Amino acid sequence: MRQALEGSQALARAVALCRPQVVSAYPITPQTHIVENISKLVADGELKCEFVSVESEFSAASVALGAAMAGSRAYTASASQGILLMAEVLYNIAGSRVPMVLTCANRAVSAPLSIWNDQQDSMAVRDAGWIQLYCADNQEAIDTTIQAYRIAERCEVPVMVCVDGFTLTHTMESLELPEQAQVDGFLPPYKFSRTLDPARPLSSGALVSPDYFPEARHSHHRALEKAIEEIEAADNDWGEVSGRSYGGLLAVEGPEDAPIGVLTLGSVFGTLATAREDEDHNVRLIRLRSFRPFPFDRLREVCEGLEKLVVLERALSPGAGGIVGNEVRAALSEMDSPPAVYSYAVGLGGRDVPLSTLHQALERVQDRPAERFAVFDVELDKLPEEDR
Amino acid sequence: MNNETTKTVSIEELRRKQPRFQGITSGHRACLGCGEALAARLVTEAAGPDVMIANATGCLEIFTTPWPESSWRVPWMHSLFENAGAIAAGMESAMKAQGKTTKVLSFAGDGGTFDIGFQALSGMMERGHNVLYVCYDNEAYMNTGIQRSSSTPHAARTTTSPPGRERMGKRHLKKDIVSIVAAHHIPYAATTSVAYPVDLRRKVRRAMEIEGPTFIQIHSPCPLGWGHDGAETLDVARMAVECGLYPVIELERGKLTGLLPIREPRPVSDYLKVQQRFRHLFQDHHKAREELEHLQALADYNIETFQLSGHGADDQDTSGLNEARRGGVRSA
Repeated sequence: MRQALEGSQALARAVALCRPQVVSAYPITPQTHIVENISKLVADGELKCEFVSVESEFSAASVALGAAMAGSRAYTASASQGILLMAEVLYNIAGSRVPMVLTCANRAVSAPLSIWNDQQDSMAVRDAGWIQLYCADNQEAIDTTIQAYRIAERCEVPVMVCVDGFTLTHTMESLELPEQAQVDGFLPPYKFSRTLDPARPLSSGALVSPDYFPEARHSHHRALEKAIEEIEAADNDWGEVSGRSYGGLLAVEGPEDAPIGVLTLGSVFGTLATAREDEDHNVRLIRLRSFRPFPFDRLREVCEGLEKLVVLERALSPGAGGIVGNEVRAALSEMDSPPAVYSYAVGLGGRDVPLSTLHQALERVQDRPAERFAVFDVELDKLPEEDR
Repeated sequence: MNNETTKTVSIEELRRKQPRFQGITSGHRACLGCGEALAARLVTEAAGPDVMIANATGCLEIFTTPWPESSWRVPWMHSLFENAGAIAAGMESAMKAQGKTTKVLSFAGDGGTFDIGFQALSGMMERGHNVLYVCYDNEAYMNTGIQRSSSTPHAARTTTSPPGRERMGKRHLKKDIVSIVAAHHIPYAATTSVAYPVDLRRKVRRAMEIEGPTFIQIHSPCPLGWGHDGAETLDVARMAVECGLYPVIELERGKLTGLLPIREPRPVSDYLKVQQRFRHLFQDHHKAREELEHLQALADYNIETFQLSGHGADDQDTSGLNEARRGGVRSA
């Protein structure tokens, strides 16, 4: 049914459609509206679940882990400082290979304090062993949440659905909410292979010596690599159910013979796509939907023939530069003739990414050799001389 | 039936010999005389098989589950150091959501309870989860090699509160965790000691019957950390109770409702002098004498505050329970 919904409201409805049995969360801007809306659905009897309003994000993730281990479909959501406070639990959930879904309402990380959007939070936990899917708009956020449960439960790997804070979470859009029967048909009831059960007691979370540790890590890595098939399958199958799919691991727009590509993650894609159409740029837009697992093969395929690739990301690794930029550059280095990669951070801490960004980016790279890294929209005159 | 194999066995003997359910079985890697290993066995015996356990990081977790082995016979999970309360809350929520009655237990040491896991414990209790939280209190971070915790008694030596020219061991008091827990007005909070298995089992059974958060703190000597012979674990634990330094009490909804009376309180020095961690208090030095007096005053304070002094011989006081054997309490 098509409705006008705020992103967070739509996400809450999408989560409810997945019939989670235990939801635990701690409020943080800009995730707050998601859990508020879930609380209301529970209060109104529209969602039957145990809603645990915990005392910290650390406990939010831990309650979800305990619940999932004890055989219940679990959900949590957070952002920014909350994601970092959870970080230890996030590694533990993934290493224990316990399926669940977490919505990250992407926000900058302090200091300096900012409540606004960038993707530093989810990027900070990119090595925790979770699948990370980035959404371009709220319709995709709804559909990806539903797909995420199927992926998580089939792969026994948790999935983080990354949704740009405010830009998506607080924006009202006309959205298609799936029918319950569609979701039920797509997502079978939760059944975990290693559930804690007194009739079949097992121990989980043992001390692993060097004799076994590398094998555990290897199998975790392989599980994420193998998840590529499930991510593609979930998107395809959901496309058949709902009529909407998003390209699986990554989405591409624009002419195949364009000499320049621009790669991004999340909602910036929509801005770039509109600018490309409005201004008729000869550019190929690429959007990583799946950042973990990293789509090496698909990325090389869609970068075939490009002379230049601009990476625009809303995070950075101080002292190294672009997180996505460096990974993309490394992935493409195996091509016979890789494009020159220009790596930029853009829109940090909620700095607006206007329609003119695409034009500016194309101008900037026109007569310039590959740029290792720069903060694209930095205004150096605001800084003292010695910090520029 | 072959007559040679039949013999008459008294009911008492039979009760003593009956097999008990053990949630944790032998073969684990605990040190000789480990108080925590014994306490955990006693807890799981009393709790029975229809449980699941959230175990914090610590000795108990390490010595019971060296991959690929496990000494647990009940569903058990270890996640992290500071989240045993929250993991248990999640398990309990799952049981509720699934309409199951399996009781969730949470096991942690004093580090995981008094210190790093305190917030998760407090949150779990405040939200009223039906969880029995058991704190195995050995009064320091034993798993990392005997560092002070907020449970370490005043003046005790640990590797991070060593005595020296300027210091007489730990400078601060042992945190009164059971009062803090009871201040959450949960249905049941109690302390007990591994030296009094009858008391310990009774308290676990009591907590198991209660719907809501319950808490049991078990004094569990660590021979390695406290510096006593592994064969003396129970004697040392018993003296801690008998001198008044470790009051064994019960609190319901925040009110004191039960205690283990001490028939003949003994001086704290009896308890302290058998442990290396208090050895520095017995040197000829005014600071040592001061601290000994301080510890005696703390014990006296406990005895007075909780009215721990017994009133004549009783089956259920410290000396009475010392005579208790498996199969029931014998006359003292």
